[in-house]
Amino acid sequence: MQITVIINHRQVTLDVQPNDFLVDTLRQQGLYSVRRGCDTSCCGLCTIWLNGKPTLSCATLSFRANGKHITTIEGLRHEAEGFAHFMAAEGAEQCGYCSPGFILTVLAMKRELVNPAEADIIHYLTGNMCRCTGYQGQLRAIKKYLGVTPV
Amino acid sequence: MKYVGQALPKTDAIAICTGKPVYTEDLAPANALVIKILRSPHAFARIKSIDTTKARNSKGVECILTHKDVPKVRFTLAGQSYPEPSPYDRLILDPIVRYVGDEVAIIAATSEQAANAAMKLIKVSYEVFEPVLDFEQAIDHASVIHPEDDLFCNFDTGLAKERNICSSHTLAVGDVEQELKNCDIVVEETYYTQAQAPAMMETFRAFTYLDHTERLVVVTSTQVPFHIKRQVARALELPATRVRVIKPRIGGGFGGKQTGSGEVFAGLVTLKTGKPAMFIYSRTETFSCTTSRHAMRLKVRLGADKDGFIRALDIENLSDTGAYGEHGSTTFSVCGDKTLPLYNKTRAVRYHGHAVYTNKTPAGALRGYGATQGTFALESTINKLAARLNMDPAELRLKNIIKEGETALAYHGNVLGSSTLERCIQKGREMIGWQDKYPRRELPNGKIRAIGMAVTMQGSGIAGIDTSSAAIRLNEDGHYVLLIGSTDMGTGSDTMLAQVAAEVLDTPPEKIIVHAADTDVSPYDPGSYASSTAYVTGMAVLQAAEDLKNQIIAQGAKVLAVAPEQIEFDGQQLTAFNGSKAISLKTLAESLVVGTDKCQLVGNATYGSPISPPPFIAGFAEVEVDPETGKFELIDYVAVVDCGTILNANLVKIQVEGGIAQGIGLAMYEEVRYDERGRLQTNNFMQYKIPCRKDVGRITVAFEESYEPTGPFGAKSIGEAVINTPSPAIAHAVYNAVGVSITRLPITPEKVFMGMKPQARPE
Repeated sequence: MQITVIINHRQVTLDVQPNDFLVDTLRQQGLYSVRRGCDTSCCGLCTIWLNGKPTLSCATLSFRANGKHITTIEGLRHEAEGFAHFMAAEGAEQCGYCSPGFILTVLAMKRELVNPAEADIIHYLTGNMCRCTGYQGQLRAIKKYLGVTPV
Repeated sequence: MKYVGQALPKTDAIAICTGKPVYTEDLAPANALVIKILRSPHAFARIKSIDTTKARNSKGVECILTHKDVPKVRFTLAGQSYPEPSPYDRLILDPIVRYVGDEVAIIAATSEQAANAAMKLIKVSYEVFEPVLDFEQAIDHASVIHPEDDLFCNFDTGLAKERNICSSHTLAVGDVEQELKNCDIVVEETYYTQAQAPAMMETFRAFTYLDHTERLVVVTSTQVPFHIKRQVARALELPATRVRVIKPRIGGGFGGKQTGSGEVFAGLVTLKTGKPAMFIYSRTETFSCTTSRHAMRLKVRLGADKDGFIRALDIENLSDTGAYGEHGSTTFSVCGDKTLPLYNKTRAVRYHGHAVYTNKTPAGALRGYGATQGTFALESTINKLAARLNMDPAELRLKNIIKEGETALAYHGNVLGSSTLERCIQKGREMIGWQDKYPRRELPNGKIRAIGMAVTMQGSGIAGIDTSSAAIRLNEDGHYVLLIGSTDMGTGSDTMLAQVAAEVLDTPPEKIIVHAADTDVSPYDPGSYASSTAYVTGMAVLQAAEDLKNQIIAQGAKVLAVAPEQIEFDGQQLTAFNGSKAISLKTLAESLVVGTDKCQLVGNATYGSPISPPPFIAGFAEVEVDPETGKFELIDYVAVVDCGTILNANLVKIQVEGGIAQGIGLAMYEEVRYDERGRLQTNNFMQYKIPCRKDVGRITVAFEESYEPTGPFGAKSIGEAVINTPSPAIAHAVYNAVGVSITRLPITPEKVFMGMKPQARPE
């Protein structure tokens, strides 16, 4: 079946199978920042934005995205790099494999929450798992980032 | 120091944060065949027959391989230095399957759907045997897991395959039974630690292809490229010259990727078909069919005199290596080696027991490597001794720990070159608020807050075995290329090693390009494991940079027509002492590489250490327990660390925080369950809970630097020690809160509740 989606501001028409998941469809489009980390939709690695909302692409059938805006970190390069510098300054990325999904969620949080308290930040990001860092450095990076760029 | 110690960002930070295609899967050719593995549904069985006829003719299928199609040479997946201490007990595909998930057939097809469809068409009939599922029943069980005649070890590790014993080990100094009798007080306990999964975010994956000279190129997410090269060459019966292994960025390893995985399957498919092939493990396969921490049963007996001096220590260990013996003997010995020397007022010590085969998911290397299990058992027993003596557990430790310049009965005659453990304990005590909080406080809401502690040591590389080489080259305009074979799996070791070289060469680290790892290009390195990179590779890099610096000075002296001793080199300029003559590094480099002098300079070094200097940590936990339900929360974790000189302030801090979080997972969340048929139940993130953001409380890390005389700029490694203290410290805190002593990990609210309510315990 054919779907038309707007990926990172560019409209494309794609041939997909009814049981294709968005994570695979996007990787086939060369968007390698989108990754599968589990089989059960609980690690957050595959997070993308669907119409601006953080969404698990491993649990979204590709045809469901028909007519919608998809944003991956490739489409937010400048903003993502801005936050990445705060991560790097803390050394908080370690292996980096979970970073794209995590950063997309952080950037969505910045749009959604006004002056979030520490507990709000932790709650918002609970679905983005990381096995390397123990989360502390990520939290330091987020606080500094939000402090520098208030919403 | 100018560069060493600086909190420099990782050189790959921005690329990996923003999703650049730098990991294994991202680099695979689009036409790579997709590999799927048909796996055994039985814990122990013999394959009577396999019918692949239908599957072979299925659409998109390129090849289907069974045990009849693989070389009959046994090998081990354990990525260890030759001669490997792990038994050669595997075939790529074996007619006997030894755990649920063991490989039965390899399917290679043009798409995942085609491979999955073909898998369903393979018909296998099995002769099912009684499996060995309880590791305490493994020795002399009626079922022999490895009956094959061609299994062998490179040297004697106490393997007795007919008894299901993978390895046997005894380390004894003095008469421990007699000394225990002489003690005023003896505490005994048996502990169980579970088969923790590495659960790195990037699952195992590799792709292979034949290059323009028909060599097999293996691109894989591994910690051990050189070991994989040897392993693949052996398993596929290729000369080493026909195998090249490349490691891109790695999405986490934690020791798990010290053990090989899909490289041999992909390699075999490429050899059979001539086509590129890729194998990606699903998360479920990664849990069920790669390796986990060795589950252990540790029986500890600890004797002390009435003043609190520990005089005798006996640990008997039984380790579950699962269906195959990767790292079985070595995790076993490390468990004793990294715990017994911690307390050195002993008069006799003994560590002994076996690693045994069972029909379960194989065990392998994982951060801590036996020391984690040993630390839980020993430190829990120390805390128990403190309670029996009615002595402050921190004071008890200060009285008994090994100190700088001292040795210990089981420290193989070495003298401890560096330690600030004493200061770590004191500082940690202040940071957690020991004086006010120990042992417990009742809150107005009825909950109880309590604190607990533990200390640990690990090592820096494998003494006498790990040997690492480094090469650093001066390029045409005065910048450098550093070639290493160690594997930055997210730790930032590439950046940290550049800082070491930059310090020696007095040059900004951005002028040093780091290349790692490609077995065709990199100098030999065992890879990053056993906390070796900062210490062992670090020294190789330091010495290679010194070698190059001496060569630069010698060449500068030649050009300036003075003696080398008269040259001052500030990283950019070579100046004769009297200031009369000078040449810039850029000009000199140009002349050497592309000009008239014709001599490109390369600094080389190979380093291995006869000792493995231990980093130390004092860990402190504060928990809040609900005495009504047993539910408890980790409020605060404080770790004070001695890893010698800090090489990169940020990266070492994150290493510690992350390791502690994994230790918290081991302590509180990561339960491993099998069903009665030997199927792993906890094989995904729904069932196997790794800590999320809300589960780790507040982790506070501080450092008490020592100076390790044999390390690069005084540094020791830190990768593994960080995971060891949470289990015993949290168990201690729970005990101090409600008097329940948890001896079987993980510590769960249910166990705490059952401990508080003995009458409620099921029969």
